[in-house]
Amino acid sequence: MTETTTANPVHDFIAGAIADHPVVLFMKGVPEQPQCGFSAQVVQILDHLGADFVGVNVLQSDALRDGIKTYSDWPTIPQLYVKGEFVGGCDIIREMFQAGELKTFLAEQGVLEA
Amino acid sequence: MPIAQTDLETILREGFPDAEIVIEDLAGDGDHYKARIVSAAFAGLPRVRQHQLVYAALKGRMGGELHALALETSAPL
Repeated sequence: MTETTTANPVHDFIAGAIADHPVVLFMKGVPEQPQCGFSAQVVQILDHLGADFVGVNVLQSDALRDGIKTYSDWPTIPQLYVKGEFVGGCDIIREMFQAGELKTFLAEQGVLEA
Repeated sequence: MPIAQTDLETILREGFPDAEIVIEDLAGDGDHYKARIVSAAFAGLPRVRQHQLVYAALKGRMGGELHALALETSAPL
């Protein structure tokens, strides 16, 4: 999971995306127009906290939709990555947000404007 | 492809014999559930690992026959 090159080109794409951008949300649809309620919730939370993030629409390719699940060993979408690390899916992000932990975490990671 | 609530509970009980498990059928369609699982198996694990244990117990059903399962996991206090 931390390798920079793998035999799987989709995994290479994912590794590149999360290396290039500090906060990446793999989601169904785009941030301006999510196509799934769970993806929409995470977008809303990130917007609310004022976090700058890049959305990657997994619906653009079946290979990406499957690849993101094997990359993280996580069967559902959305998936949030911060500084290259998988943070969680919708439930975890919502729980962290409600507990006030997400804001603290993002600030600690230096990805939230003060 | 829905899954019956009793089947879901049986599967989760097999995976977490010690656990306190509460399942809610959120939409009444056998496809959108919420499960609260309190098990010593989660002690000391980050949330991602806790949920991965649940997904492992579901043996690939998550994302397949089970579309939505909201998870709340914790270790006993």
